[in-house]
Amino acid sequence: MQAQRRAAAFWLHLALIPLALLFLAPLWLMLVFSTHPETAIFSPNPPLWFGGAFAENFRGLQADTNFLRTLGNSVVISTLYTLLSMLLTSMGGYAFSKYAFPGKNLLFGLILATLTIPTFVTIIPQFILVARDLKLSNTYWAVVLPTLANTIGIFYMRQAFQTVPNDLLNAARIDGANEWRIFWQIALPVVRPALAALAILLFLASWNDYLWPLIVLTQKDSYTMPVALGTLVGLTRVSWGGIMVGTAIATIPFLALFLALQRLFVAGIAGGAVKD
Amino acid sequence: MTTVPTPHRSRRRVPTAPYLFILPYLLIFLAFWAWPIVSSFLMSFRDSRLGATAPFGLANWSRLVGDEFFRTALRNTLLILALQVPIMLMLATALAVALNSRLLKLRGLFRFAFFAPLVVGTVAYSAVFRLLFNTDFGMVNRGLTALGLGPVDWLNQPGPAMAVIILAMTWRWTGYNAIILLAGLQGISEEVYEAAAIDGATPWQQFWKITLPLLRPTLLFCVVLSIIGTLQLFTEPALITNSGPGNATMTLGTYLYQQGFRSFNFGYASAIAYTVAALAAIFSAVQLRLFGRES
Repeated sequence: MQAQRRAAAFWLHLALIPLALLFLAPLWLMLVFSTHPETAIFSPNPPLWFGGAFAENFRGLQADTNFLRTLGNSVVISTLYTLLSMLLTSMGGYAFSKYAFPGKNLLFGLILATLTIPTFVTIIPQFILVARDLKLSNTYWAVVLPTLANTIGIFYMRQAFQTVPNDLLNAARIDGANEWRIFWQIALPVVRPALAALAILLFLASWNDYLWPLIVLTQKDSYTMPVALGTLVGLTRVSWGGIMVGTAIATIPFLALFLALQRLFVAGIAGGAVKD
Repeated sequence: MTTVPTPHRSRRRVPTAPYLFILPYLLIFLAFWAWPIVSSFLMSFRDSRLGATAPFGLANWSRLVGDEFFRTALRNTLLILALQVPIMLMLATALAVALNSRLLKLRGLFRFAFFAPLVVGTVAYSAVFRLLFNTDFGMVNRGLTALGLGPVDWLNQPGPAMAVIILAMTWRWTGYNAIILLAGLQGISEEVYEAAAIDGATPWQQFWKITLPLLRPTLLFCVVLSIIGTLQLFTEPALITNSGPGNATMTLGTYLYQQGFRSFNFGYASAIAYTVAALAAIFSAVQLRLFGRES
């Protein structure tokens, strides 16, 4: 029995180690390539370890895309989106979880019904609304506003608020606290771990979003980082070292965050996905 | 999951509170999500090209039926769907089971390796894959040459270009599905396995008779999510292969983008969008019927 378990463990590791290396390889090469000039990346013996050309690659990237500007745009847009989306979805989720009111099932049913509808269906009317009717093209709001209709977030926060005891809220009501204060100062602090996981996922989703910003941002200075990098990939003039710098800068903060907060990440993804 | 009703006292006192809490979300939802769903359906019956006079009709839809490019995009999308989703979900299931195993050492390290791709944006990894699969200078061809297998002209031949897209998607999304499946696995009680082990069931039998049936709802969720995602595939074919060679990797996503935001033919693009929605609905319904019974 013991020998059998040891043999099973051996085969398990033998299968997983190469696969794990294969999964890490693209990330490793992205980091390594960001520190080499294009000539090294395309040389007969491409580098597998870090070089010294990061600063030079970065300067090239900055010159080609005004990279720091797009980095700033991405930070502002993702932060704005995350904060607003957390506020809206936790308010909505709280109402659906903690109140009984006429029309609740109808409203929730309406939101539920749109959950499996592909975003492609909404993208053209959203564009017309944002670009033509509201004249918001090339602004932060053009990127943020439509994506705030985050259905998964409502579900996630509704689930989270189910864990808050009603007695706690009623006790505050008896003490004379108004409904907003009960939500803001009592219920919300209880679900802080769920909010933190949601915040990470919202920020990541916004940070990596490509298609929508590509559509509503048409001026170079309004680009987000993925849009700016996307314009480079199709060209031949720009150095791959520079592109790898951009992709590495877009990715490294999240890899670090992921290493530090793996549990929270996993809980967020699993919690947002698995409904019962 | 039960909702405990709020006591009458507070409900009488603040009847407007829940509506005020929902209102901001609801306004955004109606303006940017619910109305566009209706609007784009109506638009699919309108000729939106500049100077067009036909007000309302089936022109877009009949054009769709005869459109050779649309057929190519549809065929490519369905091909990727049929190949990539099963490969990815089998791999994700195997990974979830392996990562859940008590025999595994250094579990955290393995989890990091397989889950790390899911923080990488589609643009970033598309760029990396385009570089790695470069015919003349890419690492993949250098590796293949070193093994004596010769270089492959990855991005300039239809089959290999498709393979690169499928590989890239599998790399990016397997870990995501594995996390969801892992959460599902951890919901299965230990006792079921212990009882089976006492009855003499081998690990292999336990997997087929216990794990898979109990994991079915989670797996179904992953299937539906993956189908909807793949039907909307855009970034990878746009950035790794430029929909090429020719139109060999053009998808419904890249074709919709081209019609909607390059040619600004909103009506026709809406018809394409609704085709995607219809396919998503059909596939989801079929999946639910076939595998959704019980639980």
